[in-house]
Amino acid sequence: MKKLAVPLLAVLAAIGLAVSVYLVFYDAPLEYSRNAELQLNGSSLFFNQKIVYFHVGHAFWLFGAVFVSGLSSIAFLKTRNPRWDDIASASTDVAVAFGAVVLFTGSVWAKAAWDVWWKWEPRLTMSLLLWLILVGYVLVRRFAGPSADRIASGMAIFGMVVVPFVYVMVGEGNSHPQAAPGLNPSEGVVGKISPGMRPALWLSVASFLCWYVALLISRVQSTRAERELRELRERGFDLGVLS
Amino acid sequence: MALLRHAARVAWKDLRIELRSREIVYTMAFFGGAVPGMLWVAIALAGTIGLGRAFDRERENDTMRALLLAPVPRLAVFLGKAIATTVLVLAVAVVCAPMLAWLLDAPLFAYPGPLVLVVVLGAVGIAVIGSVFAATLLKVRSRDVLLPVILYPLLVPLFVAGTSSTSAQVAEFPNLDAAWYWIEFLGIYDSAFLVLSVWVFESLVIE
Repeated sequence: MKKLAVPLLAVLAAIGLAVSVYLVFYDAPLEYSRNAELQLNGSSLFFNQKIVYFHVGHAFWLFGAVFVSGLSSIAFLKTRNPRWDDIASASTDVAVAFGAVVLFTGSVWAKAAWDVWWKWEPRLTMSLLLWLILVGYVLVRRFAGPSADRIASGMAIFGMVVVPFVYVMVGEGNSHPQAAPGLNPSEGVVGKISPGMRPALWLSVASFLCWYVALLISRVQSTRAERELRELRERGFDLGVLS
Repeated sequence: MALLRHAARVAWKDLRIELRSREIVYTMAFFGGAVPGMLWVAIALAGTIGLGRAFDRERENDTMRALLLAPVPRLAVFLGKAIATTVLVLAVAVVCAPMLAWLLDAPLFAYPGPLVLVVVLGAVGIAVIGSVFAATLLKVRSRDVLLPVILYPLLVPLFVAGTSSTSAQVAEFPNLDAAWYWIEFLGIYDSAFLVLSVWVFESLVIE
């Protein structure tokens, strides 16, 4: 069962992704703008906005991964059991990858919605900072030497607290001149989509959950193997077997 | 209350060294001189330099272990360091703000209440978040590289909020709603990280 989990989840994610691509392009309606004039113009936003389904799918589990990492770091600091630390480290690695996807797709979306690739707007800035914290975590792990696990745990816990700020941060209006009404990269999406868009969105969120869990499990296995190898080598040095 | 007394003692130790050498105050006051941006650049620099000094001194003299071994809770050591750094940053702000207002002829003191509040909240945030990670990185060899990597992503929201609030106050048409929005943000951010720091400091710093 344990060996089957990763391939099974990967297959589930692949099927879910295929079906959600179908739903996104053939089933989900184009977003109806709240602005009648723009509806008539048929601005390019309406088609490009379909990137939302993948952006939100990744953003969901970026936050999920950061929480998994933060909570297992708390468990690690409490119990000092390195198995928790393996989970935290693996989850942050996956979060870095998901965060890169979120920033990239978000940038594509911003180009469609605002005609700029990036805007220094609170929510976007906070997302970038969250990602930088995660990258910092990976760097600390690599370069901070023997106490890296503790420092990294601290960062994971702090990063977890940044998440609500990313989610809540909404700037004082979307004042960009090209800002199109309707769905907008600086707003929460889930509460605002029309009912027809929901199946595609939730299916893509679910498939990316499978994908995240599959990545997490395989990453935890390799992180644990790395740690055990390191510990064995240290023991070998201590016993004088290795030199 | 004993905790606060011990914390005050640690803070006072740092500040007394500072008063005697005046090392930081002199170097940092140089940075006084676009007004909100300048003020916050000065605060940011004061924060990082002050933080570095407060902990480097312990490392150079190898006294951090002694400090941690003192028969007071480690929390008191942390709070003491954070209080000392806050006071240093505020000292620099007190020197810089009038100078900026005078040299650049800016209405920096049009709303003294929000200005003081935002500067104090910014200083507290920098000192609290900074003290946690400066203390944990004390013994790490690549500390000088890693400290900014860890600290800046966490501190930038403070600077953004501080600058936004200050510029809303000094603008030609002051926007007090925006100023208070960012002050609230700073307050929430500070309290979240203060609680968190108090909670994790002890398990992060182990000699």
